[in-house]
Amino acid sequence: MAEEIKLSQKDRMAVAWRHQFLQGSWNYERMQNGGWCYAMIPAIKKLYSTKEEQSAALKRHLEFYNTHPYVSAPVIGVTLALEEERANGQPVEDQAIQGVKVGMMGPLAGVGDPVFWFTVRPILGALGASMALGGSIVGPLLFFVLWNVIRMAFLWYTQEFGYNVGTSIAKDLSGGLMGKITEGASILGMFIIGALVQRWVSIGFTPVVSTVTQSEGAYIDWASLPSGIEGVKAAFEQYAALGPTGLNVEKVTTLQGNLDQLIPGLAAVLLTLLCCRLLKKNVSPIAIILALFAVGIAGRFFGFM
Amino acid sequence: MSMISVILVVLVAFLAGMEGILDEFQFHQPLVACTLIGLVTGHPTEGIILGGSLQMIALGWANVGAAVAPDAALASVASAIIMVLGLADGTTDPTTAISTAIALAVPLSVAGLFLTMLCRTIAIPIVHFMDAAAEDANFRGIEMWQLLAIGLQGVRIAIPAALLCFIPAEAVTTMLQAMPDWLAGGMAVGGGMVAAVGYAMVINMMATPEVWPFFVLGFVLAAINELTLIALGAIGVSLALIYLGLKDFAKKNGGTGGGSGDPLGDILNDY
Repeated sequence: MAEEIKLSQKDRMAVAWRHQFLQGSWNYERMQNGGWCYAMIPAIKKLYSTKEEQSAALKRHLEFYNTHPYVSAPVIGVTLALEEERANGQPVEDQAIQGVKVGMMGPLAGVGDPVFWFTVRPILGALGASMALGGSIVGPLLFFVLWNVIRMAFLWYTQEFGYNVGTSIAKDLSGGLMGKITEGASILGMFIIGALVQRWVSIGFTPVVSTVTQSEGAYIDWASLPSGIEGVKAAFEQYAALGPTGLNVEKVTTLQGNLDQLIPGLAAVLLTLLCCRLLKKNVSPIAIILALFAVGIAGRFFGFM
Repeated sequence: MSMISVILVVLVAFLAGMEGILDEFQFHQPLVACTLIGLVTGHPTEGIILGGSLQMIALGWANVGAAVAPDAALASVASAIIMVLGLADGTTDPTTAISTAIALAVPLSVAGLFLTMLCRTIAIPIVHFMDAAAEDANFRGIEMWQLLAIGLQGVRIAIPAALLCFIPAEAVTTMLQAMPDWLAGGMAVGGGMVAAVGYAMVINMMATPEVWPFFVLGFVLAAINELTLIALGAIGVSLALIYLGLKDFAKKNGGTGGGSGDPLGDILNDY
């Protein structure tokens, strides 16, 4: 009997590297099939020597495939294990390989999208962006480095996991762990989005609701302060006690101030919920964005924002 | 813009275009793309600020399944180039240049969307060429077509970027300076609000009645300015772990305890 053909770690790394280009030939017909086949080439070259076998393997891996580009890594790991068995004479049918791919891609995409696109990227992106708004290069660097470290580690280790565990992984997929990861990510994601709405959606309504003349002692009586440095000291002491409204005789309350007294950022959250509602009604996000710009310009023109 | 800058800008645009489809290294994210364009044109700080602002808007833009989101690649690359042109003679207020660039990014993201749909259609015959190559077990052929398809997505952004570089800088600066205050200011106001759309996209993706309370917690806690984003992240992770742990616990006990909700009573009953 011929010696068993094994995929070395180097082969598997070559596959993992190429797997990064999975979506390169994304097309409306079979979606990620070209990239998938491209990624499998090092393994196919190693496992099959005759032209017929190679051609059959290439065609086998040009079938329809589409999932999240990162969680595709365990799928390709399992597929490598299956192809290896097949090359060593085990009865692994074409349908079995295609079945594993199709069976895994659906549930895994359901995990990959919320975890990577809607939790990790918004969090890292917001972290980097909040630093970048101050003009700091650390922001973009942090985002870029952290993201790629997480991504590459995930791609490699989950591919190895799939390769080592083989087909039994497919059974676990519908089980508890995947559901838990998705749920945990949704909780974290919603929590952070709540925080981001508060911090980074800015709406400022400028209309003045009321102007009240404050009673004596509620404002700093600038005329009767002691002169010189003592006066500065006294002013600061009074300011610390009275707060910003102590600067003027009149206390001006803007609409924004009133809203913020209820909950800081109330207007921002209402706007976000309105957007959710509109998006659910299939209004295009682009249309909403353009409308918001229009509102902003009108708001500034008529002086209410 | 100097010739070297133009070449580097086109290179960055090419990377961003490739990443717009691959979604791996994230060169197409505004935070990265605008920063790089700022760096190669000598306006790093403005590039970083523009990148940060656009990133906040584009947080929820993601390609899910076959659906394509507004295109971050063209939006960030093209708006950064326009901003750089506007800053060229040093007389334009950077804030105006940045907020105008943000407003322009939105229609550009739609244009990018159509370009990527075009590329994804052109990729159909490409995979048919791959089929033919597979017939002959022609590995090189498949590799070549794959790289060509990726290159096509890169060119999708590189060409518009190159064209924009040759718009005379004076045209952009005159336009920026001719803009009345209410228009520039209004676009800044609008820019502050549009982030809500990105967040709404994320919320619609994840929201179930079960996780809404966590949104409320995040929103209320964020008003405490001492809490940095990292601190908030730590709270969020803890909440998720606690919640999942408790839920697990409840499930395990649900079978035996009969859901009496009284641990002491359960112990006494067992006793």
